Amino acid sequence: MSLDLDVAVTYLPKLLDGARLTVQLVVFSGLIGLILAVPLGIARSSERLWVKGGPWAYIFFFRGTPLMVQLFLVYYGLSQFPAVRHSALWPFLRDPYWCALLTMALHTAAYIAEILRGAIQAVPRGEVEAGVALGMKHGVILRRIVLPRAVRIALPAYSNEVILMLKGSALASTITLLELTGMARTIIAKTYMPVEIFLAAGAFYLAISYVIVRLFKLLEWHLARHLRHRG
Amino acid sequence: MRLKALIVATVMAAVAGNAYAADIIRFGTEGAYPPFNQIDASGKLTGFDVDIANALCVQLKAECTIVTQDWDGIIPALNGKKFDALVASMSITPERQQAVDFTDPYYTNKLQFVAAKGSDFSPVKLKGLVLGAQRATIAGTWLEEHVKDAEIKLYDTQDNAYLDLSSGRLDAILADKFVNWDWLKSDGGKDFEFKGEPVFDNDKVAIAVRKGDDALRQKLNGALKAIVANGTYKKINDKYFPFNIYQ
Repeated sequence: MSLDLDVAVTYLPKLLDGARLTVQLVVFSGLIGLILAVPLGIARSSERLWVKGGPWAYIFFFRGTPLMVQLFLVYYGLSQFPAVRHSALWPFLRDPYWCALLTMALHTAAYIAEILRGAIQAVPRGEVEAGVALGMKHGVILRRIVLPRAVRIALPAYSNEVILMLKGSALASTITLLELTGMARTIIAKTYMPVEIFLAAGAFYLAISYVIVRLFKLLEWHLARHLRHRG
Repeated sequence: MRLKALIVATVMAAVAGNAYAADIIRFGTEGAYPPFNQIDASGKLTGFDVDIANALCVQLKAECTIVTQDWDGIIPALNGKKFDALVASMSITPERQQAVDFTDPYYTNKLQFVAAKGSDFSPVKLKGLVLGAQRATIAGTWLEEHVKDAEIKLYDTQDNAYLDLSSGRLDAILADKFVNWDWLKSDGGKDFEFKGEPVFDNDKVAIAVRKGDDALRQKLNGALKAIVANGTYKKINDKYFPFNIYQ
């Protein structure tokens, strides 16, 4: 078959609209997820069962079920209960955008928390002991030694997670959002040119993930500045 | 959500004594569009479209398989030779005719709105409402072309659109009349009703084949005429609808 790239060009503004929504979903869910993940990850790395039990169950649920199932449960599932439809949360849960954002944030929070737990446990023991030897309190050690160190260890895995969420955001199209994939499918429904339109959409995804990769590289470089040279 | 499992619906023509190799026709359908094509609780593909395909196969003494495919990828899958013919309640439209060829129509559809019983919804005042339809259907296209001042939401499957109608996210749905009719009869649709007259009433539904596949198209046309003439069509029609959907 031959490619008709003019079609892709004609619909570029529409795809750009879709890409904008995709970026919004990924950035906001990534940030909310990060905020949720910090306490979760810290609690999860605790040695006390009553502290780590809750986060363990949360992470187990959200990592163990597909994002698509979670999206359907939140969007189509909750709305089947009259109690939900008459609650104060309904204006918020009625909107597919908030459902997608909420679900993606809860989903990614579980992964980020687990990344953070691994990183916290990977902080060299000697550095923590040095803090103890200096008479630092537990909270101070966490804030000034463990967390800054864990963030640097976790960063490459976190950037990976953000890129996975970029691709996961395509599932938002199943709950009527016209993000990049939803927009592409709607255009294809009119043009019957799946190859051209999906190629264009794929190019957008590549461009977005390239920007994400570069931004994280910059951040890693910035956070490692004290390790490069002093003078 | 939906398993794209290969479902061999029936192997019809291989009756005993038929020693020569029969023709093989591979049909594709959506499998999520009751009562025309759906997967029942036991995992079997059923529905009006499926019965028609099987009847055509009997008529042609052909060996048939039917597989399911998500609706918005169904024409690309036909053109990608995943199957040879689409029997999926597809309306003939000029846009689709650019991509595929159609047989003679096997039923006539109408588009009609459905909304909650007692709501003051009317097809002539849609301003500011939230309307739903399945993506890549003539109902979706109709909304996009005729409605400028309402919000239009497009769903992957008709079922998901009904879920959002019953949750109140949608004010109304535009869909095929007979599909709506079937849903209104069901438990989920008991609080809803047709609103207004059909907005479009001469929608011809046909089997799609790849462009230029005239041999198969003519074979199917011949078999279609035969099952209409010999009463098989009426039998299938009456199994699903108390009215005639052919014309």
